[in-house]
Amino acid sequence: MSTMAVPTTELAANRRDIRPGRIITWTLLLIGGVLMVTPLLYMFSTSLKSAGQVYDLRLIPAQPTLDNYIEVLSDGRFLRWFVNSTLVAAAVTLSNVFFDSLVGYTLAKFKFRGRYFIFLAILSTLMIPTEMLVIPWYLMSSQLGWLDTYWGIMFPGMMTAFGTFLMKQFFETVPDDFLEAARVDGLNEFTIWWKIAMPMVTPAISALAIFTFLGNWTAFFWPLIVTTSRELYTLPVGLSSFAVEQSIQWEMIMTGAALATIPTLIVFLVLQRYIVRGVMLAGLKG
Amino acid sequence: MARIELNGLTKKYGQVLAVQSIDLAIDDGEFVVFVGPSGCGKSTTLRMIAGLEDISNGVLRIAGETVNQREPKQRNVAMVFQNYAIYPHMTVGRNIGFGLYTSKLSKAEKQERILETARILGLEDLLDRRPAALSGGQRQRVAIGRAMVRDPVAFLFDEPLSNLDAQLRSAMRIEIKRLHQRLGTTVVYVTHDQVEAMTMADRIVVMRDGRILQVGTPVELYENPVDVFTARFIGSPAMNLVPGRIEDGVLALPGAKLSGIDASEMSGGDVLVGVRPHDLVISDGGGDGLAVSGLVTAAEPLGSETLVHLDIAGTEAIATAPGRVIPAVGSTVKAVAAPSSLYLFDAKTERALGRL
Ligand SMILES: Nc1ncnc2c1ncn2[C@@H]1O[C@H](COP(=O)(O)OP(=O)(O)O)[C@@H](O)[C@H]1O
Ligand SMILES: [Mg+2]
Repeated sequence: MSTMAVPTTELAANRRDIRPGRIITWTLLLIGGVLMVTPLLYMFSTSLKSAGQVYDLRLIPAQPTLDNYIEVLSDGRFLRWFVNSTLVAAAVTLSNVFFDSLVGYTLAKFKFRGRYFIFLAILSTLMIPTEMLVIPWYLMSSQLGWLDTYWGIMFPGMMTAFGTFLMKQFFETVPDDFLEAARVDGLNEFTIWWKIAMPMVTPAISALAIFTFLGNWTAFFWPLIVTTSRELYTLPVGLSSFAVEQSIQWEMIMTGAALATIPTLIVFLVLQRYIVRGVMLAGLKG
Repeated sequence: MARIELNGLTKKYGQVLAVQSIDLAIDDGEFVVFVGPSGCGKSTTLRMIAGLEDISNGVLRIAGETVNQREPKQRNVAMVFQNYAIYPHMTVGRNIGFGLYTSKLSKAEKQERILETARILGLEDLLDRRPAALSGGQRQRVAIGRAMVRDPVAFLFDEPLSNLDAQLRSAMRIEIKRLHQRLGTTVVYVTHDQVEAMTMADRIVVMRDGRILQVGTPVELYENPVDVFTARFIGSPAMNLVPGRIEDGVLALPGAKLSGIDASEMSGGDVLVGVRPHDLVISDGGGDGLAVSGLVTAAEPLGSETLVHLDIAGTEAIATAPGRVIPAVGSTVKAVAAPSSLYLFDAKTERALGRL
């Protein structure tokens, strides 16, 4: 059944001949790729070097060793920070998937007074850089007793204007017929959103989840400010504290950073296959 | 099953009057088709019955109870949409089962109902498929199954066949009609296609600009249209209209005359004479009735007959000729219509003046 649709497009793609425009495109992509990948390669390379070799800038270590990994993984602090980061990023991601979608759906599919104003108000927060918000967040946390707590790390990101905007745009592509059919079938509005509309925007949800998870996994500035106890550090904050307190141990920092990429890779690999458009259209006409 | 009454039903979108004070009583078990050009308010009327659109004015009763303020689910009507709107992320079985979402039946009873519905619609082998792996006709059947499964008081269809190709459409027409005969549930069906209206309806409601123009059985509308609009809308190819004049009991057309018109009924003056293509027959002999001659501008042989496009003194008209007769383009031919087949309309108001 499902194998029928592929051949024509694939054939067409294979037959596409090599034109000057394509050579330029590929060259630019290659340069971009090299620029992005080189730091990562150095990170992995450095993590495999012993302390004495760190300033030997060869890409392939002369005597590769896994000692750094063993040391970092046997250090309880690193594991603690790893778990903290995972918890924070996962909770914030779930919260965004839920609330951004709920608000985006409401803005996309319900007509009510002030809808446009609310949308503009949400969008306008996109124009304020994080750096400007940090002080109000800090004052708020301090007054509400959220300093140096998990909640304090998470609350600013529990809902985002960007996510709301993204989900609203996607929900607008869901035809009203589906929702009305469900309404006639007797579903309540919440169930319509959850059971009918949400499954139709899985590509958007996956994208939102990936971006949110990555953004929070790598977040540094706010967690640094709001936390004081070492047990509450997230991984980026913890790794940077490595750098500060002892003479900088680059090979350790790079090993921690290399380990830190693993969850992001997993999240991306698991979710990216859902970023396939066209799931939704199958229920409509022919 | 239930009787549906529309009393002065009105829908306003801001300043736009989409539906203007519609009165109609739909009998229990009746198959009523709303027909009219795009934008005339058919869907809006249907959606008000379904409860998907607020009623601006008027009263809607289902089974004797006023339901203006009730949610769609409380009205227990089922709706089938033009785009099918079957859920792409669920199997056929689950899609049909969604019709029972609010039902209090046990799981086993629900399963039984789903199977029974699938069997009636010939979907029993497809229950585990996803909509993406279904043909257009099968998808529409799933949509109908979801509507059928909970035994609603009425089915509402909004142009359910317009996304299907011509062949499938005529097959589904018959299928829906059979289904109605079998279930006996009230059906309100919206279409812009007069063929669907004529073939399926017990009664047709012709709409235009948010108003009802005429209500009647297919035969009534065909035989006694109230005005030019209905006359041309019902029947295919559309009725020919030739300007003429009635004076002293004589109907005068370009190049033709018909005497003995009962002037007591017709006030006289400028009229439009309507004749359906099937009643305007190409003839080389004289023949009885109204004879006109025209220039052949095109001929469409359909096998069983030929549609001959004529230019009658500047008015375009379509006549029919027997299948093997194909008049040459550019030739002048004579076409004859029996007086009893003519329709008369007032040229100014376009209202029907009656038949001869
Ligand atoms: N949501 C809406 N807002 C404003 N005008 C509408 C809306 N829905 C329909 N209309 C208008 O109401 C009229 C009737 O529409 P509709 O019932 O969909 O026509 P039909 O189904 O007969 O093609 C049209 O003029 C249309 O533009
Ligand atoms: Mg419509």
